[in-house]
Amino acid sequence: MAEHAAVIGIGQTDFDAKRVDVSQVGLIREAAQRALEDAQLSWSDIDAVVIGKAPDLFEGVMMPELFLAEALGCVGKPMLRVHTAGSVGGSTAIVAASLVQSGIHKRVLTVAYEKQSESNAMWALSIKLPFSQTLVAGAGGFFAPLIRGYMQRSGAPDDTGIRVALKDRLNALKNPVAHLKLPDVDFDMIANSPMLWDPVRYLETCPSSDGACALVIGDKASATQERSAPPAWIHATQMKTEPTMFAKRDQVMPQAGLDCSAELYKKAGITDPRKEIDCAEIYVPFSWFEPMWMENLHFAPIGEGWRMTYEGATALDGDLPVNMSGGVLSTNAIGASGMVRFAEAAMQVRGQAGEHQVDGARKAVGHAYGGGSQYFSMWIVGDQPL
Amino acid sequence: MNQASQEQTALSAPHILEYDYRRSLGPVLSRFFTGLRAGKIHGIKTQSGRVLVPPAEYDPETGEATTDEFVEVGPGGVVETWAWVESPRASHPLSQPFAFALIKLDGADTALLHAVEAGEASQMKTGMRVTPRWAEESQGSIKDLSHFVPEAEGNADAPHPPAEATTDIVTPVHVEYTYSPGKAASRYLHGLKEGKIVGQASDSSGLVYVPPRGACPRDGVPTSREVEVSSKGTVVTLTIVRVPSENIKVELPYCTANILLDGADQSFTGLLQECNLDEVRIGMRVEAVWRDPSEWDYSSENIKHFRPIDEPDVPFEEIKEYC
Repeated sequence: MAEHAAVIGIGQTDFDAKRVDVSQVGLIREAAQRALEDAQLSWSDIDAVVIGKAPDLFEGVMMPELFLAEALGCVGKPMLRVHTAGSVGGSTAIVAASLVQSGIHKRVLTVAYEKQSESNAMWALSIKLPFSQTLVAGAGGFFAPLIRGYMQRSGAPDDTGIRVALKDRLNALKNPVAHLKLPDVDFDMIANSPMLWDPVRYLETCPSSDGACALVIGDKASATQERSAPPAWIHATQMKTEPTMFAKRDQVMPQAGLDCSAELYKKAGITDPRKEIDCAEIYVPFSWFEPMWMENLHFAPIGEGWRMTYEGATALDGDLPVNMSGGVLSTNAIGASGMVRFAEAAMQVRGQAGEHQVDGARKAVGHAYGGGSQYFSMWIVGDQPL
Repeated sequence: MNQASQEQTALSAPHILEYDYRRSLGPVLSRFFTGLRAGKIHGIKTQSGRVLVPPAEYDPETGEATTDEFVEVGPGGVVETWAWVESPRASHPLSQPFAFALIKLDGADTALLHAVEAGEASQMKTGMRVTPRWAEESQGSIKDLSHFVPEAEGNADAPHPPAEATTDIVTPVHVEYTYSPGKAASRYLHGLKEGKIVGQASDSSGLVYVPPRGACPRDGVPTSREVEVSSKGTVVTLTIVRVPSENIKVELPYCTANILLDGADQSFTGLLQECNLDEVRIGMRVEAVWRDPSEWDYSSENIKHFRPIDEPDVPFEEIKEYC
């Protein structure tokens, strides 16, 4: 890696099921302006803009980057749009980081968003094509069988998913921008919530949210300027892809994810991730994906990820807190979700996470995945340059 | 299979994608659309004093937020440029020939895109003055300002303002495609039409794909050898769906299973019926239940569903890599 790059500004909108108080532009600018304020910069300080969002069918605006260029102050500047399904928020941040790491730009604004209330995600993800029968009921219909496969392989106790959901829902109560907050949540409320896609219960799945997330990524000179929070130095980034379907594909434990995280740690000089990483914010749209991704991220041996949840290791006061923000289970503006994970990792090492701050967080992982577990994007940020 | 027979069998069908998207307008555009209901056109001032019409939340030149100062402009203005539409389509604003024009309204610094009804193209000129015609009934959309006409035709009465504000608009999206599933899937559909399940084996690994994709995604090598596989298979994993989906017309709750047919190397999603939902399990043996041959078409719907058969379960160890 060439030049140093760091997160110097972070902005998130307030997330809600329907942000009918704003336009798409208003939503995106809310995040962007908060990021600029955090970075103590103005629009004219930005050299380039990178936009990300999930499928255009969600809002029905084809190539929204064209009309968003003016709204994000891109006139006369380079602008890119990224798309890698649900992982897009992560890969968008990585593209933005690469523009600084390569020495091309000094300060890059990156924004990812979704305004899901303008349509219906279940409809947009289950389009019926001619000659075929549509049987996979949205993302839950696709992922629930994989969760069952994981349960069978690992022998994890049936209530592991409930425990993950309870932890994340309690963490969300500490996060001012989180969408779904259930002040009275307890184990029984989750256990008794309706089964949607067996074994996934209603309170073990993510909501549909409207919202956006923005980051300002700066070079070393920009990062070392005095501002209210220190920079989050980007130690390593990594992306990996594999086809959604091929014979003998391990859909439960995708090779692309295993390879992506192994290469990420290598780049960041990490040999024992469980010990050296202080916290991780990862993409868990269904509760059981926490133990699955603990294994995929090499935090636990294969088949043992559920033990981390069960033993409280992933709780806010555990030895590897996971999804301190309340996670995707509490807030899921799909296109923004990956960037929110990356942003939370950066907030932790900047000491900006308020009530959901992990004491002494110095190295944090941000993780996103998308499609049929086929796109992975990850980064490691630290409180010191690598 | 030779190339000629592949081309013979390629199928296609119309595919229409449509949805009525509902867009929230936010404070600035809501003011603009609400104004149209009362026959008023509002712009907004940028920090440098320019008046943007339609109003925006930002200055397009700098990205800075605009001020909160709205300005009533027009109603007349000047055509900056235009394009004549001789044969309007169904979704166009007018059914008779018209011009799309960029119109700079009096008091505005930017041009608004709208329709001008001028009878014929020879009546259109860059620099001509135009004035609005208002819709008789407000719909809460840009169509509340129906179109513009040459100013010589005189001003029309503005509509009376209705009580409520316009806070969102509906944007219908309708796209017509000709969908082709491709040659490999077409071969598969031809098989289904004859009551057969025909996969394809990879030239390199011999792994069998059902439905076939023409190439193996592992290495990109074509799958040119056709292989008929069994109607019987094994459940490698499953879910019970209890949530409705707009595009799926199966009565809730229902079981979908990832089924590995005997002779295939990749599972696919099938509907599992004729059994108790608390009996469905990984390793269960199942078979396809076909519709009556008179109903067979080029469709995966020729298989009504799968049902359990009286054979011992397959141990998980033997199928876990297909899950």
